[in-house]
Formats: sequence, structure tokens, C-alpha cells
Amino acid sequence: MPKKSLSPTEVYKYLPKTNCKECGEENCMAFATKLVNREVALDKCSPLLTNKYKENYKVLWEMLKPPVKEVTIGSESNSVKIGGKLVMYRHELTWVNPTAIAIDVSDDMPEEEIIKRVKEVESFSYDYIGQKLKLDLIAIRSVSNDPNIFRAAVKKVSSITNLPLILCSLDSNVMEAGLIEVSRKKPLIYAATKENWKEMAELSLMYKCPLTVFSPNDLKTLKSLTKTLLAYGVEDLVLDPGTFWNGLGDTINNFTMLRRASCKEEDELLGFPLLAVPAIVWMQPDEYPEVTIWKETCLASMLIARYADILIMHSLEGWSLLPLTILRENLYTDPRKPVAVESGIKVFGAPNDESPVLLTSNFALTYYTVASDIEAGKINCYLLVVDTEGLSIESAIAGRKLTAEKIAETLKETGIENKVKHKTLIIPGRAARLSGEIEELTGWKVLVGPMDSSGIPKFIQEKWVKA
Amino acid sequence: MSRKYKEKNEGVSDFGIDIIKILSEFQEVELENVEIKVKELEFLLQPFITRIPLPKVEAPLKVKPKEILMEEFHPPIMKYPGEIVEVKIGATKSEGGTRGRTVTIGGEKAPAFYLFEYPPPNPPVISIDVFDMKIPLAKAVKMHVEDVLEDPAAWAKKAVDKWGAEVINLHLVSIDPLLKDTKPSEAAKTVEEVLQAVDVPLAVGGCGDPEKDLKVFEKVAEVAEGENILFNSVTLNMDIKRTAEAIKKHNHCVIAFTAMNMDDARELNRKLYEFLPKNKIVIDTTTAALGYGLEYAFTVMERTRLAALMGDTELQHPISSGTTNAWAAREAWISMDPKWGPKELRGPIWETVSALTLLLAGVDYFMMMHPAAVKTVKEVIKKLTVKEEAEKIYNWIVNLKR
Repeated sequence: MPKKSLSPTEVYKYLPKTNCKECGEENCMAFATKLVNREVALDKCSPLLTNKYKENYKVLWEMLKPPVKEVTIGSESNSVKIGGKLVMYRHELTWVNPTAIAIDVSDDMPEEEIIKRVKEVESFSYDYIGQKLKLDLIAIRSVSNDPNIFRAAVKKVSSITNLPLILCSLDSNVMEAGLIEVSRKKPLIYAATKENWKEMAELSLMYKCPLTVFSPNDLKTLKSLTKTLLAYGVEDLVLDPGTFWNGLGDTINNFTMLRRASCKEEDELLGFPLLAVPAIVWMQPDEYPEVTIWKETCLASMLIARYADILIMHSLEGWSLLPLTILRENLYTDPRKPVAVESGIKVFGAPNDESPVLLTSNFALTYYTVASDIEAGKINCYLLVVDTEGLSIESAIAGRKLTAEKIAETLKETGIENKVKHKTLIIPGRAARLSGEIEELTGWKVLVGPMDSSGIPKFIQEKWVKA
Repeated sequence: MSRKYKEKNEGVSDFGIDIIKILSEFQEVELENVEIKVKELEFLLQPFITRIPLPKVEAPLKVKPKEILMEEFHPPIMKYPGEIVEVKIGATKSEGGTRGRTVTIGGEKAPAFYLFEYPPPNPPVISIDVFDMKIPLAKAVKMHVEDVLEDPAAWAKKAVDKWGAEVINLHLVSIDPLLKDTKPSEAAKTVEEVLQAVDVPLAVGGCGDPEKDLKVFEKVAEVAEGENILFNSVTLNMDIKRTAEAIKKHNHCVIAFTAMNMDDARELNRKLYEFLPKNKIVIDTTTAALGYGLEYAFTVMERTRLAALMGDTELQHPISSGTTNAWAAREAWISMDPKWGPKELRGPIWETVSALTLLLAGVDYFMMMHPAAVKTVKEVIKKLTVKEEAEKIYNWIVNLKR
């Protein structure tokens, strides 16, 4: 039975039905609804955790467990969770656990280079509408194929960062050398193949670390290996069906088949997080590094959209990682969240009756961008938020959701006329074409602001203070 | 330092050369000069390592398998009751037009690039934007079209000859009553000039003013009779009857544009069906930029496509995307801290990533701007539709060059 068609009544059957409200909900039925919508964790029901309801808890856990297993990489204090997907499409239910991004270092790199790369990964940060976009892990590759050299590299990395790790080698002796160094940090082992699976399974069990199964472009072998490893006792698996630039069609196809098999057919042998390696483009780099980085970015972006739960990347360039981290942030937002903020007057700082009046749309991203630019410029002003039905300025104008009439309405409804003495309205540069109509319709003077809200502070300083 | 593009081809894919050529045409692009040194790898085999004592691990109760337990993999194929209608754009001489070629989009019987089920019968098509007057453009785009900014015919020719536009997307922005208020007859003349300059199919866009667009569309439809132009676009607040009748009478096709809302898309289509056959309608559910609502565009498109395949007859149309909207993202064009790279790279990659994401949601017709983004998306579409042998990546761990 597909999990998403689970009904609250079925879940309710196994709840204590005492309406104790300990979970914060009015009654058990409300809690059941939230459980089905994945808006609350099962453990919030404390009576369920007692011995009395042990069996019920088990049943509910089975009922509610995601078709893609959640796997944790890292120690308790520093870990990243991958997988745990409940659905294939983000409109069905929010995608959980954003695609983790690992950056590689290798054991043949000079120590300074390793340190430099790790520091760059750690310091990567971009402020995006109230979020800090970050990178997640370090993948350490053994190029030397020498246990001692690998161990030294792992030790070095581990000594300078708390980021969770992926250890990469197909040689179990090399892998064990690395694991000995960092077993407490529970790194992800990369990888078990049809050649080395038994040795890697032993290491995964002995060191209690999650294990990647690598079977490039061969899903039959991948599934057989998964079955074998589960029978062997390894529970936390991650699947790598291979990432190809030449063979991109197969890559997208494989990732799609795997996710559908787990989410729609509930194939438990394939219900594990998926790992992609956009870094493979560096096996045959172009004469110009920008071209290779470009390809890696393309591969990574398509795989973020098509079901990769974790990526191993080589490029550390900002122009590559910025669009990728933003794309990931975008696709992993809750699609049920409204796109719009409340319309009306927003007050910034301590405006008086001579302060500027600006205007923007109620599209959340537009609003927050404008608001943060006003705040950054420490401007005392009023911001009129027009109900554009959650569209950005340009789309709203194209779709006739932002018109002179609508603006006239907003001016009236908000009562801004009673708050300021002047009658000057600053509109976004992208709404410039409406300025004549607005002036005609409202009697307000229109100042056309900058094309991008980052220019607001400068604009106010030059145009308002003088005016 | 700026770098000169070297006129040699050895060992470099066409794709790579093209991208770098496009990007390096602009002298101010500052690209790091990087030398790739392939270090000779030394293999020192020292298998002996000391093992630290570990806590005892509970052995699983099961008997550990000694061999791989073989299992079959069956592609998880589904049946879809619906399919997407095919829409042809342009008309050759024998079809009543003057185009050297036509393009057909749509016809899907499965979600985008579910190759295991049903590969797309018609690969998605890339059109390039051309404007009928000088408009503000991001520097990274402007540098490629500076010489043709005020000559739409030359601009169109450059887009086809140099960047491989499969359709020209002419935007008659100057007709805007708030801009130049160009007369319908004059606008139609521009259309004729572009038709003469290139032999690919043409899409003609208005300014967004529902009344003026209608007047211009009527005139253009008439003078370009039989060319099967894709009109961009008809909206719910236009006089749908008159627009559709003009398109039908002179044998053209149209994009039905709505704002990220499937109900609006259905409503507009229902209204159009009264006048136009289904295979004359492409839908556009709005494209937002990466970082500025791309996820909403992605999900509305993906849902629209899935609903159509599941049998929603009012949504079974090819999807168009104004991917150029990617440039509305400030990260695509502002100067940022050098760690985020030059905007000459950030801009086109922004458009590329936006396009690739939407490609996977089901877009059939892309309206794009930057030559490097166009080139990349074309290459990716080819890679996704033409079966090629997967490269050998088994040893990627040891074989990455840097």
C-alpha cells in the first residue's frame, strides 16, 4: 500500500485514544492527521513510548516509515541525514533532508592543499532569505591506494574539521586504515562493489558505519548486492548507480527508476538514499577548467532535481556552488507554504511624516529581498506591499496583477495618506512603465526606483534626501 | 588576466570549445589561468596496518551469504491514460509558408525523460529571444548582441547562424503604449523583415498590454498568413475570441499564458477550445528565476504534465518556458564578492541551471538568451535523447585529474 494514501483513521486505531494533549494537539485524531501529513513525529506521543503501547508503536512505525530509508552519516554531535524521502514528487509531500553536498580531497594532495580545501568548504556560506547556505561533508579519496598514506590523510582531515566524512576506496585494506582513524565519527564507506562486497560488509558491521553500494549502470547487480548486504546484516545502505556525463541519459534514467521503484512500488531492496558523483567529469577534464566546472554544475543541478540525496563534487568555485545550493534550498522548501506575504503597510525603522514610501509585491521572495535591503541600508520608511497574488514584480505586471488601479487601491486601503505629509511614491524600477498611469490615477508623484532593490539605499540617499 | 581562445581542437570536445569561445569573447571576463598537472601516481603497497581493539559486534543471527544473492531488476513501468498533443510551429513552402524547416513539440506519453518508459518523440526545442528595440540587458548577454541591438533581423540571423536557434522568439516590446507605441502595421513590418532574414519558424510576442497586443497580433497574423507563427501569448484578460479567431483564420498557433496556477491554465484552454484545435495550443504556466520561485514553476509544470498524462484533457499540451526570466535573479547579474566568480560566468550558469531544472519538469519549448546557456541545454537534450555508451567510471576514485 502506498504510504501517502494512508488515512488518519487507520493511524488513529493504534493511538492511545486518550486525548491527553501531551503532544500539543487537541485530540488523538488531530495528531493522527498531522502524522499522516508528516507534520509531526511519532515520538511526540509520549504514552506510545511506554511499554503498554510497545506493539502499537511498532505497527505505527512500520506504517509511517518512509519508503526511502533515512541514513545518518557522522557522529551524534555532527551528522547529516540523507534520504528519508516519503514521496517521489515534491507536490505530494515536502521533500525532506536536502541533498547533502560533499567536496573531495585526496590522499595524494599536499597537506597545505588539503587544509586549504577543507577550510574553504567550512567557510562556504551564503545568506539567502534568512537561511545560511552551507556545504555538508568532506569526501576523502585514496589515490595512493596505500593504507598508511590514506590513514594519514584521514587523520589530517579529521583533526581540522568536524564535518561528517565519506571515505572513498574500493580496497578494503585501505578503507580499514581510514576507518580506524575516524570510526567514532561514523563516516560513510564508499564503496561496496560486486568484487569487494564481503570485505566492505565486514568493515561496515565492525565499525558500525553506513555503506555505499556502487554498481555503475547495472541496476540488477545493484539490487542483488543490496539484497546480499541486507542478508549479511548491513542495514544502513546508500546506492550509487553511477554518474556519467557521456551516458547522461542512463544516469537520469537510473536515478528515476530507483526512486520510483522505492516510492511507488515500495521495493524495499531499493529503498535507500541515492548518491551521485558529479566529480566524475574530472576524469577527463577539458583544456579549460571552467568548462569542466560548467559540466559538473549541470550534472549536479539535474541530479538535485532528480532524486540524488547526496553529491560528491570536486569544484569549489563560488559560481558553481552558489546556484546549486540555492537550487537545493528551493526544491526542498515545503510546497504547501504560501508564496505570498501579507499585503499592507510595513514599517521600517522609525519613519515620520516626511519619510519615503516605497512599494513592492507580496511575493515572499521579492518582499524579503526588498526588506533585507532596506534593513541593511538602515532606512526609516514605509513599504507598501501590494497583493500581487504572490507574483514577482515582472510577472505581476505581465499578468496584470500589478496595475495602476491596484496601486491606487493599495494607497487608499492602507491609509498611507494620513501617515505622511508628502505625496511621493517610490516604485520598483521594473514597474517603471506604470509610472504615468499611477500619477494620473492617484495624483501622487512617482519616483522610479532602482531595477534591483540592492540599489535602494543609494537611491534614497541620492534622490530622497535631496528631494 | 584575459585569455585568448586558442584555435586548436585536439582533444577538446566541441561543447567545451564552444562554451569557452562564447565566454571568452568578452575581454573583461577574468578567468583564472589554471594549469593542469597530471601527477605521476605512485603506488606504494603496504598492506599491513595495526588494528586497534574494538568493542565486540553482535553477529547477525542470519547465516551470512557467501555469494551474491542474485535478484532481477524490472523497470518500474506505469501506464498513462493520457498523452501530450503534438504542436507544429512554422510552415514550409509546401505547407503554405516560407520556412526552410518546421519544428514539432510535444507528443510525450510519459513524464520528462523517463526513458525506460517512453523516450520523448520530439526533443525539446530552444528558441532565442530577439527584441524589436534596444532594451536593458545584463552585461553578460549584451556583450554578445551589442552589434545587433537595434536591428532585429540581424539579431535573429546571428541567433540562428551563430548560436543555433531552432526558433526565433521576436518580442515586439516597442508596441507598448507606455514605450514607443509602435503601430501594428509597423510592427508587422518588423515581423516580415525577420521572416526574410531567417528560415527557421518564428514566435511573435507582444508587450503585455491586452488590447494593444490583440491589435498587433491581428495585423501580424494577417500579413504573415500561412507561416504558422507561434503567438506569445494569449492570456485570460485578452479578448480570447478575437485573438483565437485571428490565429485560426490565418493559420498560426499560440501560447496560452497563465500565472502559476493549473486552474487558470485549464480555464484558458477551455475558452480557446471553442475556436482552436488542440494541436494549435502550447501552454506556459510561468517561469520564475532560480532563487526567486523556480521551485513553484518547477512544481506547477511537473504537476501539469503528470495530470495531463493521467488523463486531464485540458492540460495535454506542450509546455513553454520563458527561461530568460532567470536573469531577473540578482545573483545572475550583479557584481558580487570575487569568491562568487565573475558575473560573466554566474549569469549564463544561472540561466542554464534554471533551464535544466525545468527540462526535467517537462518543458518542451525554451525561450532563452545567453549563447552558452543555449549551447549547453541543446547538448544536454541531445545527451538525454540519443543513446550513447556510458563512459567507464569504475575507477573514478583514483582517476580524477585536478
